Amino acid sequence: MSETALLIQALADRKPRAIARAITLVEDGADCADEILSALDPERIANATVVGVTGPPGAGKSTLTSTLIAEYRKQGIRLGIIAIDPSSPITGGALLGDRIRMMDHALDPDVIVRSMATRGRLGGLCAAAGAAVRIMAAAGCSHIIIETVGVGQSEMDIIRLADITSLVLAPGLGDDIQAMKAGLLEVADLLVVNKADCSGADTLVMDLEGMLRQGGRNDRVSTTVATSGKGVAELMSRIAELNDILRKSGEKTRRRQQAFELEVLDWAQELLRPRILTKIGNRGYAATGDPRRLARELVDAF
Amino acid sequence: MGNSKIKEWQENELAQSLARFPERKKKFVHHGGDEIPRLAVPADIDGKYVKALGFPGQYPYTRGVQPTMYRGRLWTMRQYAGFSSAAESNHRYRYLLEKGTTGLSVAFDLPTQIGYDSDHAMSIGEVGKVGVAIDSLADMEMLFDSIPLDQVSTSMTINSPAAVLLAMYVAVAEKQGVSPGKIKGTIQNDVLKEYVARGTYIFPPAPSLRIITDIFQWCAREAPSFNTISISGYHIREAGSTAMQEVAFTLANGITYVQAALDAGLELDTFAGRLAFFFNATSDLLEEVAKFRAARRMWAKIMKERFGAKNPASMMLRFHTQTAGHTLTAQQIDNNIVRVAIQALAAVLGGTQSLHTNSRDEALSLPTEDSVRTALRTQQIIAHESGVADTVDPLAGSYFVEELTDQIERQAFELIEKIDGAGGVVRCIENGFIQRQIESSAYEYQRGIESNERIIVGVNRFEENEKNRPPLLRVDLAVEAAQIGRLSQVKEKRDNETVAATLARVEEAARGSENLMPVLLEAVKAYATLGEICNVLRRVFGEYRE
Amino acid sequence: MTDTRKKRILIAKPGLDGHDRGAKFIARALRDAGFEVVYTGIRRTPEEIAAAAVQEDVACVGLSSLSGAHLRLFPAVVEALAAAGAEDIPVLGGGVIPEEDWEYLKSSGIRDIFTAGTAIGVIISAFDSACDDHYQRRGQG
Repeated sequence: MSETALLIQALADRKPRAIARAITLVEDGADCADEILSALDPERIANATVVGVTGPPGAGKSTLTSTLIAEYRKQGIRLGIIAIDPSSPITGGALLGDRIRMMDHALDPDVIVRSMATRGRLGGLCAAAGAAVRIMAAAGCSHIIIETVGVGQSEMDIIRLADITSLVLAPGLGDDIQAMKAGLLEVADLLVVNKADCSGADTLVMDLEGMLRQGGRNDRVSTTVATSGKGVAELMSRIAELNDILRKSGEKTRRRQQAFELEVLDWAQELLRPRILTKIGNRGYAATGDPRRLARELVDAF
Repeated sequence: MGNSKIKEWQENELAQSLARFPERKKKFVHHGGDEIPRLAVPADIDGKYVKALGFPGQYPYTRGVQPTMYRGRLWTMRQYAGFSSAAESNHRYRYLLEKGTTGLSVAFDLPTQIGYDSDHAMSIGEVGKVGVAIDSLADMEMLFDSIPLDQVSTSMTINSPAAVLLAMYVAVAEKQGVSPGKIKGTIQNDVLKEYVARGTYIFPPAPSLRIITDIFQWCAREAPSFNTISISGYHIREAGSTAMQEVAFTLANGITYVQAALDAGLELDTFAGRLAFFFNATSDLLEEVAKFRAARRMWAKIMKERFGAKNPASMMLRFHTQTAGHTLTAQQIDNNIVRVAIQALAAVLGGTQSLHTNSRDEALSLPTEDSVRTALRTQQIIAHESGVADTVDPLAGSYFVEELTDQIERQAFELIEKIDGAGGVVRCIENGFIQRQIESSAYEYQRGIESNERIIVGVNRFEENEKNRPPLLRVDLAVEAAQIGRLSQVKEKRDNETVAATLARVEEAARGSENLMPVLLEAVKAYATLGEICNVLRRVFGEYRE
Repeated sequence: MTDTRKKRILIAKPGLDGHDRGAKFIARALRDAGFEVVYTGIRRTPEEIAAAAVQEDVACVGLSSLSGAHLRLFPAVVEALAAAGAEDIPVLGGGVIPEEDWEYLKSSGIRDIFTAGTAIGVIISAFDSACDDHYQRRGQG
């Protein structure tokens, strides 16, 4: 058996090292990436539930994720977690520290945590995260949680990766939250106010529900206190409920289809980028002429 | 105006102090016979001077908390020590007392600091490494064997399980026939800084504050000469903060403790006088002196204006200082003796109440007896040969120092206000604000060294190729096994039924609101172990996670 | 290989020592040098560190200890990695580590040791070379 075949087998056998290696190979654009991804079990992928957790720093996302993990584990659910942090645009490196709050689960073989950096790709969020989700699902994770910091472009990207997106906020993080997150508020499936025991929580909940109503939605805002676990079981039920509704109405499939197409686009851009850069380099453009026209020429030549 | 102000001080605070105890000498003179003034003051003392500086022992205490300062009594020379076993530590304490230390300082190993017994899985490899292992009262009894607790002052660097160790200390004293009312010393008991700078936390902030206020309350009644907390900036500075941040975060923590005690129903002036502080002394001598003076003035203002303190004792910032561990280099370790001397001088010029000087080999390992002696001699030379202890607050009036004192105070108050505005210290710990501030400063400092903008002699300038390695202290690996052996013996000999009963009482008290100290005393006297007691508390209070 | 390949490492503090200033500085410095650094915080057991290293598929593990417990804990991490099937991940150690202990640590599988005062450039090179060797052995060139 080739090394890749061994890896694919180990993946199906749910070996953590294989999952980790496979994700790296896809992230790094290794030659065998296509082979690995094509061999993934489509049924496991289709049946998996992918939950996105996003929100501003300080909202307690990681703590909430860790508590969610604990609750899911009580039900014997096998979990994959992807924690995404930004890469430094200058150095290209990244400090991946979300795992700190999830280390309680480090020795649980049924919880696989992978930290990923955005690596400065178009759209902010690495396309490889989508592949990582599929790898984890194929390796038997029935639920996958993707956690990102809700700053800039990345939270809009997470929408398409996740079946259900939850936006986690907390009181006292600044009034400009509401203005900033207006777009995200419309698109997030679930709103959660964490640190619900802090003053200002009730007001925040009211404000958010008001904004939802303005947008034609009647759903309630969930409240949690991640550090004590309060409200987390209820949040899980809501997620399960929502997952059911989306599945039955066909919306889940529709979203996955759209995500699929966008991922193809992302990979295409990934793969084209170095080739285009080479061409530009070869042509040795002086900074004259119209860039747009030059680009059109370049693309037409493909 | 000036003359009347100084006369007022002389007739009140100063006279009272001299009546309590005289100065060390009848006359302080320079070589040649000229008298050294007790306190140098400007030719005309104006309102500005009185408001900003005042006189030592008088609000706002900028110039010192005691009217005669070191002319009356030198600072306590308190060397931190303790390693491996209680028996060996006892030996080191008796050596130090013989050599002239006036106070004991106990270092505990990490398992003890984090409430684990020596036989716990997390304790493997850690027993006796950075301090003494205390699993039960039996170890404590050995630690203070032949050391009369009514005659020494003991400072214990213990935080999260401080209540348990204090209970053990009281129990040892009682066995010696010394009542709790007679014991003197300090427990560090400052959990807030653990979350941001030192890491030996056990329980979350809220229950930790409850334990601390229980200690305040119990000691106010039973052990009034014991300092119940050493609100620490030392570790915050070691973690990389600036001098200003050290003051701001320490005083902000102090504010939090005071508020917690008030919320628990204690009366300010019954406990505030026993709050003590613990600062760092780095090599930037002038900045450090300004820092200490600013801290004193700030705390006085905070206690008077924010909390309405009436008793002057409540407004006095008394502090212990340790020279900066992070400045010690592994290269050319003799250089460290010089660094420590400068840092110790800064602490003395800054008016510290007690001082620990690091040994030259501490960047490599725990110090040898020789190195410890040199560190102690450093303090003694400053005290007896340098002359700075013969007059009070000698740097007052220096344009540089006074400006820097004002600046540090101003910036520190701004930072405290920011923390207040963000919901207080606990909130700022939970959302990482304080940690980020410290990390930022630390990173900047280190980058400065890496880029050679900040010179560290022997490290990035004036380096040597060193061949001779000095003898180092090695902690015997057999220590762990021996300690575990002792622990199981204790468990065998004790009455396990009584232990279980006392532990049940601890749980009951923890779940309720009664003061924990009495039930802890019962438990330690029954030889319940530290780990057993802390496990009960972990069950009730939960564990803090980073 | 595309230009997006990164060197992934894990920085951890095994045992009870809570002084993380050095570890945090190194983590940041490595990030500034282009590494992807998974930092797992303080008070981790060797088994937890090994499990995290496997899941994150790192090319190198860096350990920090200032409490003198390195003799027991650093080799324990090497053992835990082996037990998790990851004996190929190199381990580097730093902190307060007397020279007398280096031989024992190296023979226990620690690739490199750095004491206080080591220039950051040296440390970064060591991580670089450890990662390069690891990727090469894996055939990722």
